[in-house]
Amino acid sequence: MSQFVDRRLSGKNRSAVNRQRFLRRFKSQVRKAVSEAVSGRKVEDLERGQKISIPAKDLSEPVFHHGSGGQRQIVHPGNQEFIAGDQFDRPPGASGEAGGNASQDGEGMDEFVFELSREEFMDYFFEDLALPDLVKKQLTAVSSVQRVRAGFVSSGNPANLHVVRSMKQAIGRRLAIAAGPREALREAEAALEELVAAGRDGSPEADELRAEIETLKARIAAVPFIDTWDLRYANRTEKPLPSSQAVMFCLMDVSGSMDEKRKDIAKRFFMLLYLFLTRNYERIDVVFIRHHTVAKEVDEEDFFSSRESGGTVVSSALALMHEIIQARYPTADWNIYAAQASDGDNWEDDSPRCRELLERSLLPLVQYFAYVEIEAEEPQGLWMEYEQVKAAHFAMQRILGLEDIYPVFRELFRKKVA
Amino acid sequence: MNLESPIAGVRKPLSEGSEWSFELLDLYDREIGRVAAHYHLDTYPRQIEVITSEQMIDAYSSVGMPVGYHHWSYGKQFLATQKSYKRGQMGLAYEIVINSSPCIAYLMEENTMTMQALVIAHAAYGHNSFFKGNYLFRTWTDAEGILDYLVFARNYIAQCEQRYGEEAVEHILDSCHALMNYGVDRYKRPASLTMAKEQARQQEREAYLQSQINDLWRTLPSKQGAEREKQVAHFPAEPQENLLYFIEKNAPRLEPWQREIVRIVRKIAQYFYPQRQTQVMNEGWATFWHYTLLNHLYEEGRLTDGFMMEFLQSHTNVVYQPPYYSKMYSGINPYALGFAMFQDIRRICEHPTEEDRRWFPDLAGSDWVQSLDTAMRNFKDESFIAQYLSPKLIRELKLFAVVDDDQKEKLEIAAIHDDAGYRAVREQLADQYNLGNREPNIQVYQVDLYGDRSLTLRHYMHNRRPLGSSTREMLRHVARLWGYNVRLESVDQNEHLHLQLDSET
Repeated sequence: MSQFVDRRLSGKNRSAVNRQRFLRRFKSQVRKAVSEAVSGRKVEDLERGQKISIPAKDLSEPVFHHGSGGQRQIVHPGNQEFIAGDQFDRPPGASGEAGGNASQDGEGMDEFVFELSREEFMDYFFEDLALPDLVKKQLTAVSSVQRVRAGFVSSGNPANLHVVRSMKQAIGRRLAIAAGPREALREAEAALEELVAAGRDGSPEADELRAEIETLKARIAAVPFIDTWDLRYANRTEKPLPSSQAVMFCLMDVSGSMDEKRKDIAKRFFMLLYLFLTRNYERIDVVFIRHHTVAKEVDEEDFFSSRESGGTVVSSALALMHEIIQARYPTADWNIYAAQASDGDNWEDDSPRCRELLERSLLPLVQYFAYVEIEAEEPQGLWMEYEQVKAAHFAMQRILGLEDIYPVFRELFRKKVA
Repeated sequence: MNLESPIAGVRKPLSEGSEWSFELLDLYDREIGRVAAHYHLDTYPRQIEVITSEQMIDAYSSVGMPVGYHHWSYGKQFLATQKSYKRGQMGLAYEIVINSSPCIAYLMEENTMTMQALVIAHAAYGHNSFFKGNYLFRTWTDAEGILDYLVFARNYIAQCEQRYGEEAVEHILDSCHALMNYGVDRYKRPASLTMAKEQARQQEREAYLQSQINDLWRTLPSKQGAEREKQVAHFPAEPQENLLYFIEKNAPRLEPWQREIVRIVRKIAQYFYPQRQTQVMNEGWATFWHYTLLNHLYEEGRLTDGFMMEFLQSHTNVVYQPPYYSKMYSGINPYALGFAMFQDIRRICEHPTEEDRRWFPDLAGSDWVQSLDTAMRNFKDESFIAQYLSPKLIRELKLFAVVDDDQKEKLEIAAIHDDAGYRAVREQLADQYNLGNREPNIQVYQVDLYGDRSLTLRHYMHNRRPLGSSTREMLRHVARLWGYNVRLESVDQNEHLHLQLDSET
């Protein structure tokens, strides 16, 4: 008879190392695919796995094999119409080894397709952004927890010993264990009193009762005052941090000078901010406001795809954001974050007005306001004005490449960690 | 034949529902084992492991080795398997069984009782008895030592990675894997070793190798080179078919640890070599026995009709052979051909026709259990087909042979399933399973001892068939192991040179 072994609980993921080796070997291809995927995703949709496809020829494992040509004989099953000596044309595309069977899933044999897990995908996403490791870890962690009290347990760390609880426990135990002997003691004493009252003080029964009383008293005295059994420890468990809601405003200039590359940088900037927020808030609304000379609230698709020509009036967007806050996001209920991306171009006279709007009406309402100027050759008018804004929760950064995005968050992040 | 169960009169099915439990597995295994013993199936001890689908994917991606060293190609395999499994393109029921003693077979926890019984019969009794009985496995593999050897290989390669870096090891492994099919001795019998001996020998080799045996270096300082040159004009004296063995012993620039890795890959290639030569037989044998064993139990009344319906459905899927014009056609299905041939041999033994008596005078009317056992023990795919493919089966499968000659404009039908064609079709099909024809015949031809130390490989062309597109890349792999230029020449039967490639151009 056979030996049956249940291996279901012994480790899975035996191939995890091999999988990592594979990813490492084809790092550049995977990174390219991830980068393309990020461009195609929505801001709110960053955190999931991704199907990655790599050209199959890049990862072939070669062996010596025959090429087409020469003379071959092959036996096939299912003859219907042929007789020996029949001649016919070569079927198209079947000249090579084994014929070219197209794959059933329509993906074609030329691509090797596999799934990246959410964690792996995030790793690649972070890679370009030059995030410090600690930050990566914080962002990848699923949720933050708080240790909270959760009653008492009978085993634990001496530091957590709960004295009052333990004493109460001890009293209860002493009462319970001594209850029987005490009852017997009372009965024995009553009986002795009766005997004494009856004048039989010296009788053997009375002596016997006295001896019994002594034993019972000794037994009651022997019940320990406190026992390891009584000890109680304060218990703590981890509870997910209570989180509340936040709204994130994405403001972007869509005037003629914002090209695709700049928009892509802006998009990653928004994505990263969104990620930071998802760590701290359960519910997040995202509001997209685009502007050229007039501002408009739009959905994500329009936000990243549309491109207008003409001038730029940044204050229009700030004013619209203010209106929306007033109308829909009362500060009592919402944490408000804003991120503004622009190439820095603005109508000459508008910049001072922007600063005023920002300082007077917006900064008092928001938790954090970040401004990025993307790929401007030199600081523009808006930058000059914003530089004068003095507020702890205002950050600005000029971005030339993807690695410049992170410093914008440093301030924000430091606050959250503290 | 007495088909009665030993518990006479009991006709109660073993179980009704589709859920399995360890008690039921045990019960089914006993019953299948009892019937297998009735048919004289001789097996290694069986170890049947219940695993999850994830573990099954793991097992798949290490090409059936229960313990494997790390390499990216297994990661690639894993990703591909995982993907197709998740999409439901592939069931993970049958195949994994390890040629070791005890013979390890895997059952997946998601399967129904029927499937578990099918896998037990197929793998733990079918494949297992084939591993134990077939002459190729008996000669070339060491079922008792393989697990130890794999553990040794895994540890050794892990050590090398620590010492020399993962990348250096990976490069060597890449090149060795590329040459894996050329790392087998086809005729010499390797001595079997225990793990302890293997380790001792490995250390010895490491101490010796580099300092001692290298013909190439030894010739260097000698002043009387010119005289010697005449003596050792041709090295190696005979062409060598085992490229990896030749490289392990003679490559001038390999470090001892690199030689050991070449050796490990070579050993594993040798271990899998019989499997590649007996695909049709091995699968056919296992399929024949799961079919026969379970049907026997059904006739005894130990299996329900529902069980049989489910069993037959998956059995039929496995042995389906799509015709050549079908979209699903991708060559001959080894399960279908193997199963049909073993069934056919049984038929010839039990109910021979006049034709069978003419074609198989020794087989017709003989004891089928005995005859099948002989067939299983003494053949490989090529010889098995040449010996046993019957005209009836050729007719049933409607086999036909096509000639594709690049010097002719059209394809030609060489033979079909008729009196004139049986022998030709049979011969041709057998030839198709000859590994020597399937893979290009490439051998070590010469090392330029006194010149640039280049290695010359010769491709002996068969039917004028040229090498494929990967040749240049392959030469780079060989050159990485050899350390100097590698030249490849394609020659035809008349030693006429058709192609010459150098790795350094």
